[in-house]
Amino acid sequence: MRDFEYEAPNSVADAVALLSRNGTARPLAGGTDLIDQIRVGRLKPDLLVDLKKVPELNVLELSASGLRLGAAVPCYKVYGHEGLVQAYAALADSARIIGGIQIQSRGSIGGNLCNSGPAADSTPSLIALGAVAVIAGPEGTREVPVENFCTGPGKNVLAAGEILVELKFPARPAISGSHYVRFIPRNEMDIAVVGVGTAVVLDAKKEKIVSARIALGAVGPTPIFAKSAGDALAGLPADETSLDKAAELARSHATPIDDMRGTKEFRIHVTGVLVRRSLQASIDRARS
Amino acid sequence: MAKKRVVETEINGRKTEFLCEPRQTLLEVLRNQLDLTGTKEGCSNGNCGACTVLMDGRPVDSCLVLAVEACGAKLQTIEGVSPTSGLNELQQAFLQNAALQCGICTPGFIMSATALLAENPDPTEHDIRFYLAGNLCRCTGYDKIIRAVLDAARVGKGLKKEAAKTQAAAS
Repeated sequence: MRDFEYEAPNSVADAVALLSRNGTARPLAGGTDLIDQIRVGRLKPDLLVDLKKVPELNVLELSASGLRLGAAVPCYKVYGHEGLVQAYAALADSARIIGGIQIQSRGSIGGNLCNSGPAADSTPSLIALGAVAVIAGPEGTREVPVENFCTGPGKNVLAAGEILVELKFPARPAISGSHYVRFIPRNEMDIAVVGVGTAVVLDAKKEKIVSARIALGAVGPTPIFAKSAGDALAGLPADETSLDKAAELARSHATPIDDMRGTKEFRIHVTGVLVRRSLQASIDRARS
Repeated sequence: MAKKRVVETEINGRKTEFLCEPRQTLLEVLRNQLDLTGTKEGCSNGNCGACTVLMDGRPVDSCLVLAVEACGAKLQTIEGVSPTSGLNELQQAFLQNAALQCGICTPGFIMSATALLAENPDPTEHDIRFYLAGNLCRCTGYDKIIRAVLDAARVGKGLKKEAAKTQAAAS
């Protein structure tokens, strides 16, 4: 592998300083994407800045005001946190199927987002759950809603010297549920052909949808927030007709390509199917 | 060339210190520097799981961990699983179930299965298949491996019951 230096700072300020000083430096969290990208020569950093010793990036805190998830927290801690699994189920669904168990021991949700793959399994869940990316950089701290974070395949809003510190989630309403589902031709260990994350809030009788958020993966150059599809559900009964309507609207957001994993036509069709299934699962979870 | 680093770890219960370059993976150092060649190199990109070792009890692909990242960690490799003589129950179950042919994937499977049984002593077939999805085998077709892990779990539970009985009798 290419020669590089390695630093493991203990603070956000030191990490930002190290990354700002060296133009080719890359932040390292779990390394499950980064180390392979260096090995194959896609990235050519002179310095890796290991962020795992920075306390802010290891936060995993569930409170009345919501969830804080440090950018370097590995996937297994996400689905190992009982309160999180209950309240933010879609995120746990994603964390359980990113790679195999070895990848989940290292890889983080923050890393999955920063790698910015269009088929990233956690990003639709983050968008559905309304997560906000907290970014630190040489100019200070800023916040970006996750639906605005990715700008193209492998590209995002992070400027030179900036790092993702944590993901902030609003508290989940009492009667709510969320879910992530993907289509892959294998049982495990594959890249999504289509991925769908949904989150719904139901009324006190658990019959009507108060609000919903739907996000799509692998059907465009970035994960997609299908806002109109979720908005259309507000005030509708939580039944099949409503879900069909949302699925139809969600399909209009999909702009997939043909590739070895699936054709454009197939992906658009599957988007509708998975939106319906995921919404139903979210509703079932809200009712249980 | 980046300066070499001193890395202090514990490997298979023994304090181990080594020198490495930041660019060296844990797999490279284990095999080429520490002569722990039981850990195998397969795909080198985190797909096959042949290089699985336990890092602070968690299964990791050692090809995707930098050796410098192992500083302060407790590592367990295939060399550390068997008792002083003979095989442990998981290794024995792999032999008895013919859960290997060429054997390259076996150390990785044993390490992942070790982590599984530590976490979940009574796994279902589905639990095992799901947990071992990050380990590939091109010889056995997996069924024999799954049976071996089920057997090892049964034996392990039996051993624990025995131990509990002995303890109860002693107290």
